[in-house]
Amino acid sequence: MKLKTLMMSSAALAVATTGAFAQDGQTPNSPVAGEPMADEITIVSWGGAYQDSQLKAYVEPYQEMHPEVTIVWDESSSEAVAKLRAMDEAGNLSWDLVDVTAADAMRLCDEGLAMEVDINEIAAPAPDGTSAEEDFGEDMLVSDCFIPQIAYSYTFGYRTDVDEWNGNAPTEICDVFDTETFPGQRSLEKRPHNNMEWALICDGVAFEDVYDVLETEEGQQRAFDKLDTIKDQTVWWTSGADTPQLLADGEVVFGSTYNGRLFSLIAEQDQPVEMMWDAQSYDLDGWIIPEGLEEEALNRVKDFLWFATDTQRLADQAKYISYGPARDSSAPLVGQHAELGIDMAPHMPTNPANATNAFVQNYEWWADYRDDLDAKFQSWLTQ
Amino acid sequence: MTDSATGPDQFTGATPDNALRDADRAAGPVLAADGRPLKQSLSRALRAQKLRALGLISPLLLFILITFILPIADMLFRSVENQIVSETLPRTVLALEDWEGEGTPDEVVFRALAADLVIAAEQKLHTRLGSRLNYETTGLSSLFRKTGRDVDEIGEVYLDQFEALDPAWEEPGTWVALMAAPDWIEAQADWAAQAEADRDFDSPEPRFRLDPAAGEAFPVAAPLYQRFAEVIQVENEDSPTEEEPWPIVYQALYEDLIAGHGEGVAGEAGRLIAAARDAVPGFETASAREGFLEIDEDWGNPEVWGTIQSFSDPYTAGYFLSSIDLQLTPNGVEKQPEDQQIYILLFQRTLFMSLVIMGSCVLLGYPIAFLLSNLPLRTSNLLLILVLLPFWTSLLVRTSAWKVLLQQQGVINDVLVWIGLVADNNRLELINNQTGTIIAMTHILLPFMILPLYSVMKTIPPYYVRAAKSLGATPFTAFWRVYFPQSVPGIGAGCILVFILSIGYYITPELVGGTTGTFISNRIAYHISQSLNWGLAAALGSILLAVVLVLYYIYDKIVGIDNVSLG
Repeated sequence: MKLKTLMMSSAALAVATTGAFAQDGQTPNSPVAGEPMADEITIVSWGGAYQDSQLKAYVEPYQEMHPEVTIVWDESSSEAVAKLRAMDEAGNLSWDLVDVTAADAMRLCDEGLAMEVDINEIAAPAPDGTSAEEDFGEDMLVSDCFIPQIAYSYTFGYRTDVDEWNGNAPTEICDVFDTETFPGQRSLEKRPHNNMEWALICDGVAFEDVYDVLETEEGQQRAFDKLDTIKDQTVWWTSGADTPQLLADGEVVFGSTYNGRLFSLIAEQDQPVEMMWDAQSYDLDGWIIPEGLEEEALNRVKDFLWFATDTQRLADQAKYISYGPARDSSAPLVGQHAELGIDMAPHMPTNPANATNAFVQNYEWWADYRDDLDAKFQSWLTQ
Repeated sequence: MTDSATGPDQFTGATPDNALRDADRAAGPVLAADGRPLKQSLSRALRAQKLRALGLISPLLLFILITFILPIADMLFRSVENQIVSETLPRTVLALEDWEGEGTPDEVVFRALAADLVIAAEQKLHTRLGSRLNYETTGLSSLFRKTGRDVDEIGEVYLDQFEALDPAWEEPGTWVALMAAPDWIEAQADWAAQAEADRDFDSPEPRFRLDPAAGEAFPVAAPLYQRFAEVIQVENEDSPTEEEPWPIVYQALYEDLIAGHGEGVAGEAGRLIAAARDAVPGFETASAREGFLEIDEDWGNPEVWGTIQSFSDPYTAGYFLSSIDLQLTPNGVEKQPEDQQIYILLFQRTLFMSLVIMGSCVLLGYPIAFLLSNLPLRTSNLLLILVLLPFWTSLLVRTSAWKVLLQQQGVINDVLVWIGLVADNNRLELINNQTGTIIAMTHILLPFMILPLYSVMKTIPPYYVRAAKSLGATPFTAFWRVYFPQSVPGIGAGCILVFILSIGYYITPELVGGTTGTFISNRIAYHISQSLNWGLAAALGSILLAVVLVLYYIYDKIVGIDNVSLG
């Protein structure tokens, strides 16, 4: 679906607010200050609440600072890799900045479709002078093309009103596989990622050994055998909105999805659902710059990124959505939800209380095993 | 598929075509009024007419050509195209030709691979190749990524030793003097002077040309250096006069010198070469093989080499084999391991379910169409609007509505539980399986069955049935022997429409199909947008296209395509 929304900051608004931003239309310390820049850029993102958080946290403030800039949105992030490849083959690049997951950034980098960047030239240092590279940290900079924004996680939500559970509430990942204490339908993502890892962890494999075991045929069989125990009671989701919907309808009692979706289900829609953070699986999301931008468009993108990935802006984004800012220096600045007024820190996947038993996906491993395991997974599903 | 009854030969009388034929049959040339042979002047008149007709349909023809024929041709091409391996690893593919498939290949192959990979890494093509080969053998993606990072260290031993021998080997100028054609050196110097004078550094320098004499003197190193110069100029927009060659070029030079080449180089470069030729027998050597194994021990795995060898042809049947659960291995075509076989099952399921959907559309659509065509106009128009109403609603909305109705806590189950037909803890599974797909798709495709049926039934004169009845037929006989045969063309049209639409359906099975109700098109979409294995997607699509054409042919043979009517 290619829904383009034309966002134009009105001139009147700009006049009214120039007082608040006394930088006379300049991004502070921008690495490309004074260079010729394009006035229209196309940003690709995920749509929905996530894109709104970007809009409010840094796109609107940026447009107030630069009233001449027009931002065109394209909500195609979920198929960004395929579309960028098609654009590259057709020789017609129409995107300037693309929001993708870390795994996709890695593939785009591999395919030569994303530009390799020096993170210190793209992102501003932290307010205390720490370089961007250190501020993001090695864990975030998973690819040479990737400019991280947020850390999110795949985690489970469960309904709190299930009679058959006799007042028990699940506390750990293996409760997902315990159909005696916690009967009812589950929902899991319709791809091997995370499911295989969780299955192995609940089959007694230590976190650090998961990928070593999963590399072997026996290990894969172990994971499938474990998943077999709940296969009959599982609904397989493909879109992030599925699990919240299924939980709200009572179709499932247990389901994995992105933690931000569960937050909005619990906090914003007030459903009888709780979060289970145990063995949440981290993933990252960030920007890539497509390879082959014109000079002027590239300058505008760099100017925008310098602003949009700084410490304050990433912390601001957490006001609108419960995803953790990718910078260490942003964490202390995370405040309250913009509308609900609740503290956001406890809802962040990176919050220490939530992250006691977190799992980190191995992107490089999945890049190798994705094709193989996916074929096996799909074949297992259809049996 | 043209109907012989309407062919031009069957018309008698004065048509232009017949006039042409008559002119042919006549003994002498029949002349027109202006004295030219009639045949000629008729052809001219006809040609103008045909051109005008062609002109009128040309926008449509072009449109179909660009949006339909070309994409299909592109898909067919992609399903066998595999140039990436031979283009990215040309030297390796050549060197690997004689490899028997046992153990690891020779040092020669590893050296070729080093040269290929250094160039590929410079052009950032190695990771793309890795992704391609990873479809065939797991692990190659990271193997190529990792190797691309470190491959420029291979041959470094030689670089160090040449530079230790004489610091002049560090100078890019030394290499230019050794390898470049004299006229290129001159042209490059002119360009540099001009650029300096104009302060214009944007115009590219002249393309590097190799000195033929150097090519003869250094059969290994010269071609490699030439490739280096090209890559530096094109990819990095730099100049070979500014850049030190890659370590593998030094290694190639060592190979040339140790083999006794490098005669007849004059001047300062000649002195360097002579000194080097004396020194190389004492050089410490390093094997490219060891270098690769140090980067990743998988390079010692025959399976990796077998994959490269199997997929080295620019065109491959590999994608088609994968589409029918086979695989291409060094030992020929083999079955996929059982736990990865999925496509044949999906093709069968797609065909089977499309037939079921088609059948249920006929069963549900026929009575409705019959009713519509026999009611008074005012009532039937109202009913027709009801049939068309779903057409005007978004496909996604309709499919989501089915979710609400069919899910276990949904409307239908709730009603059944309330009536007492179904126990509360044993609710029916109506969605996320084949049942869900069949129900939702039958609903969505029903109008495509009703409309052709309706328009055919509209044209069946009611007095045939009345006549049959008046001659003593029972109502059933009258319907079955008289009415039904006349409605068959409508059934044919509706069946073809519904079947072909459903065989390629994607959104609805994806949303309500769960794991057992998905179609082959869902896998095609997955390979297009997620795994990026476009070759496999194209092969699956081609097979689907072929299946539809074959079924169409069989249909034509059995029912006859002339028996299809949209009214």
